[in-house]
Amino acid sequence: MLVVAFVSFSLFTFVGDPVHNMVGQETSDEERGEIRETLGLNDPIPVQFIRFVSNASRGNFGISYQLRRPVSELIAERLPATLELVFISSLIALVFGTLLGVYTGINRKSFVSDIILAVSLLGVSLPTFVIGILFIYLFAVILGILPSFGRGDVIEIGFWTTGLLTISGLKAIILPSVTLSLFQMTYIIRLVRAEMMEILQTDYIKFARARGISEKSIQYKHALKNGLIPVITIAGINIGTLVAFSIITETVFQWPGMGFLFIQAVKFVDIPIMSAYLVFIAFIFVMINFIVDILYYFIDPRIRVKSESANG
Amino acid sequence: MSFLKIDNLSVNYRMRKETIYAVKNINFDVKKGEILGLVGESGSGKSTLGNAIINLIDEPGKISNGKIILDGVNIHEKPEDILKYRGKKIGLIFQDPQTSLNPLLTIGEQLIETIQTHLDLDFKESKSRAINLLQEVGIKDSENRFDNYPHQFSGGMRQRVVISLALCCEPELLIADEPTTALDVSIQSQILELIKTLTKERNLAVILITHDMGVISETADRVGVMKNGDLVEIGSTKEILTNPKEIYTKSLISSVPPTNKKISRFKIIEKKENSNKSINIKILDRWNKKKLTEQNLIEIKNLKKTFQEGMFTETSKNTVMAVDDVSFNIKEGESFGLVGESGSGKSTIAKMIVNLFKPSSGDIFFDNVCITKIKKNKEMMTFRKQIQMIFQDPYSSLNGRLKVKDIIAEPIKLHNPTITNDDLDDYINDLLESVELSKKSSIRYPHEFSGGQRQRISIARALATQPRLLVCDEPTSALDVSIQAQILNLLKDLQEQLNLTILFISHDLPVVRQMCDRIGVLRNGKLCEVSDTEKLFLEPKHEYSKELLHLMPKIESIYN
Amino acid sequence: MDNQNFSFIGKIRDSNIYFAFTKSPTAIISTIILMIIFFCSFFVELIAPYNPFDPSSLDLMEAFTPPSWSKDGMSKFLLGTDGQGRDMLSTILYGSRISLIVGFAAILFSLILGVSLGLTAGYFGGKYEMIVMRITDVQLTVPSILMALLIDGIARGVISKELHNEMAIYVLIFAIGISEWPQFARVSRAATLVEKNKDYISASTIIGVPNIKIMFKHILPNILRPILVIGTIGLALAIIAESTLSFLGVGVPPTTPSLGTLIRIGNDFLFSGEWWITFFPAIFLVILAFSINLLGDWMRDTLNPKLN
Repeated sequence: MLVVAFVSFSLFTFVGDPVHNMVGQETSDEERGEIRETLGLNDPIPVQFIRFVSNASRGNFGISYQLRRPVSELIAERLPATLELVFISSLIALVFGTLLGVYTGINRKSFVSDIILAVSLLGVSLPTFVIGILFIYLFAVILGILPSFGRGDVIEIGFWTTGLLTISGLKAIILPSVTLSLFQMTYIIRLVRAEMMEILQTDYIKFARARGISEKSIQYKHALKNGLIPVITIAGINIGTLVAFSIITETVFQWPGMGFLFIQAVKFVDIPIMSAYLVFIAFIFVMINFIVDILYYFIDPRIRVKSESANG
Repeated sequence: MSFLKIDNLSVNYRMRKETIYAVKNINFDVKKGEILGLVGESGSGKSTLGNAIINLIDEPGKISNGKIILDGVNIHEKPEDILKYRGKKIGLIFQDPQTSLNPLLTIGEQLIETIQTHLDLDFKESKSRAINLLQEVGIKDSENRFDNYPHQFSGGMRQRVVISLALCCEPELLIADEPTTALDVSIQSQILELIKTLTKERNLAVILITHDMGVISETADRVGVMKNGDLVEIGSTKEILTNPKEIYTKSLISSVPPTNKKISRFKIIEKKENSNKSINIKILDRWNKKKLTEQNLIEIKNLKKTFQEGMFTETSKNTVMAVDDVSFNIKEGESFGLVGESGSGKSTIAKMIVNLFKPSSGDIFFDNVCITKIKKNKEMMTFRKQIQMIFQDPYSSLNGRLKVKDIIAEPIKLHNPTITNDDLDDYINDLLESVELSKKSSIRYPHEFSGGQRQRISIARALATQPRLLVCDEPTSALDVSIQAQILNLLKDLQEQLNLTILFISHDLPVVRQMCDRIGVLRNGKLCEVSDTEKLFLEPKHEYSKELLHLMPKIESIYN
Repeated sequence: MDNQNFSFIGKIRDSNIYFAFTKSPTAIISTIILMIIFFCSFFVELIAPYNPFDPSSLDLMEAFTPPSWSKDGMSKFLLGTDGQGRDMLSTILYGSRISLIVGFAAILFSLILGVSLGLTAGYFGGKYEMIVMRITDVQLTVPSILMALLIDGIARGVISKELHNEMAIYVLIFAIGISEWPQFARVSRAATLVEKNKDYISASTIIGVPNIKIMFKHILPNILRPILVIGTIGLALAIIAESTLSFLGVGVPPTTPSLGTLIRIGNDFLFSGEWWITFFPAIFLVILAFSINLLGDWMRDTLNPKLN
């Protein structure tokens, strides 16, 4: 339900947009009028909307104004690049973020924790593009061991192109994915840390200690389990944010993904691409939320098993 | 032979501005098979003492001095060894069963874990041991419930689970820190019975920490009285309760509302002499004291209130009928009590009378005017002046960011916008003096006052508009028993002097007995019985009333 | 407690916050750094050694001068010059002013919008609350960068090109502001719900205090703490967001470059060896964001009653 609401909302605004603006400023009024007619812009809004939705569900997003190619083709080309990048990044962010977050949450006073926290704070203050530039400069220009742009060689599997199966592809993905993951990783570290610290103060942890359960067991069994719950929600939003931030990373590293496409579209006000991108993003987000809800169901028994406060 | 000996124990908290001495050189011992009660008001150090025994004090607290000798061994000699004692030789249970259990693990898992930490048993053996234990603490169908999660148990059942967890490795000392405070009176007596039975059957040494004298009277063999970290007096329960030696003990006991008779005022025994004279009610001069008639000030007719419970989905229509067809009257000048356990609806009724909630159906008449039908705000204001409320939690009933005088000024300025600043200040000072607070209080902030003092401020605020009806929603439930006595005395005095009508809401029967002329008993939203106070206590008619009276912990039971 | 200070300064000195502040080196250092930066940006005309936007002062012969401490550097250009002979130090100072203005304005906008919606939603509840919360939920799933890009894109489509350049800053402020308001709304609402349940609000309601007064006089002062924390951290985010957008080319117009624009321009020269053109603006930006974050982090830790 939310899907429909969200999607239709954002798209509707686009359909209503004065698309005519970007059809070249030299075009005469009559020509503009014609183009509007072909694009169906003179039809009443609800009709346009319905047409849009029906087209969209069939994968037809129209033709890019700027590149003059069907949008769906463009997207299909770029999608794998972005998805691979996002996937690797989120993996890095989640795994390292959680590990470090747990460590700093448990060992509140250690020196190592302080260093990790300081670095994480730095990470939040470094805009992604600065990190990207830094990395490029360091690894590509000075050290010259990793490529500074592009995706390396790719292998086609069906309609999917993957860079993960080639050496150069793997090399190429390292810098962008680490760059992309850094911002999120620091966020996760802080979140997990806050969670762990709060949990370690609860009554049930105190009671477990009173029963003589070892500190290690308390930390890794009791506290951790409870601490992971909010991380799952965050992980979901995380991936969404990564997709968005990939725009930046792709621009810096000239990674041929959807983000890069989108930026160009914004610059040239290429509406079909913009709206198509949005539909995709919306779709991805909804999917993620859905998966997170399902995961919650499995992890938190309070949701899974209804409470029987009447009995007992 | 004492099993546990506390020898000159001291606990300090080093804070940034000062050091707090929570426990000061305490000495006592506990034998096997006996229940030692530790009673004291908040800040007495009783909980800290309990935690100190298993070295579970929160930072920055530390045991600064003394020995804890368990079965001949000083268990704090080597702090690392404390793990061997926790759970194995000493079991501890906390106050709130809701937060004591890990919500993500089944109780079976938590039991097995504890058992396997201390005893060398495999899974099967552990499990059968656990199941037997659950049975022993009174959980029926323990085989199946073994795999349940904590949230699937009710409050009382959860506390039983907690007890089973504390006892699963056969400790010989049990420390129970306010084990029944968070439970309803009917459940409370069950848990206390359980503890008594377990003590006898397993020959445990038990330390029962509580603030409730009635619980002590019915459960403890010996009792120690604590105040501000000192052990004031210790002896057999009978001795202490019938023949207390120290002044503090005497005043503590006399502050407890008697359950077997009605008194006009609580006797406050303090070192100061001015405790018994009547308070100086300065606002009497400004008060438009009405002559009392025999009229009903408040008439409640067929009041109903339902709440929608939308938990996980908005579509689930779990309606809770909080108040179910309640009708009663309150005469002008009288003190009417509403008693019931949690969930009985008493607070909801109070909130409808003061117009915080709108009733789902039914009417409320104030002075023969139907206030539930009033739509216009202006009209409502005249009634708002006349009905005021004081609340249970002294910490959330005052806006911490405002000075006391601003808090009290708010109602005055609202209903009396033309009042001059000087007049306002005078009035506020009079109000403060009438609740026994000094004039200097007006420029202070709430956090500078204790719980009891905050309640006085709340009372001053409530009196500012010269109400005719004062609704008191559990006004002393969160206060120490000695402070409670003072506040209740204050309320009584104010009522007499100002001809107030009081609606007194509480779950504490002895308190209601002392404060009220007539009482209504509520259960699950329904009014079971309404009668004069003494009649209710001596000859209760309804089954539920009888049960409540039977179960309430009585400090007088020591005489039996 | 009779030796209390009742004067305002005295009260600050007595408060726990001040104590924690003076004991924390990070708080002090970050505040000092920030104050220096703010001061410099506001009085930039007085402080900057040159006015980089005055074409007459530029000399192409001085372009690409490295920082003063390196081999070909000149002492009059402390941090070197860019491709047009503009002094780096001056451009950075001017640029930081833009970044700060946009950041502050955006977050202020966000704050006012978010807090009013969140507070009223939490206070009044019902359908209104549901609608507001739904909108925040939906918007929160959209990352702020995307949101800002979206608004910017729409703006470009709607406003003509010339007008757009003039209005760019306002559009940017609006875009970033819109992208951050849900955070404020959510925090305000949560805090409002907590306060609303407290008895002092009931007391005022019973007395008959009108709703608006309750919200402003009672609730608002009590929910300021978490809002302040989010605000500080949000400021850092806003500044970073602005610089990111400028870097991508969709932020401030090139006539009034912010730190992000400078970094982008400098990026082109990175490979040819003139690293300082991008490096120094980047460092400056990072120091700025880092100080704000440090302060915000410290605030969060001190103002949180639970983590003691």
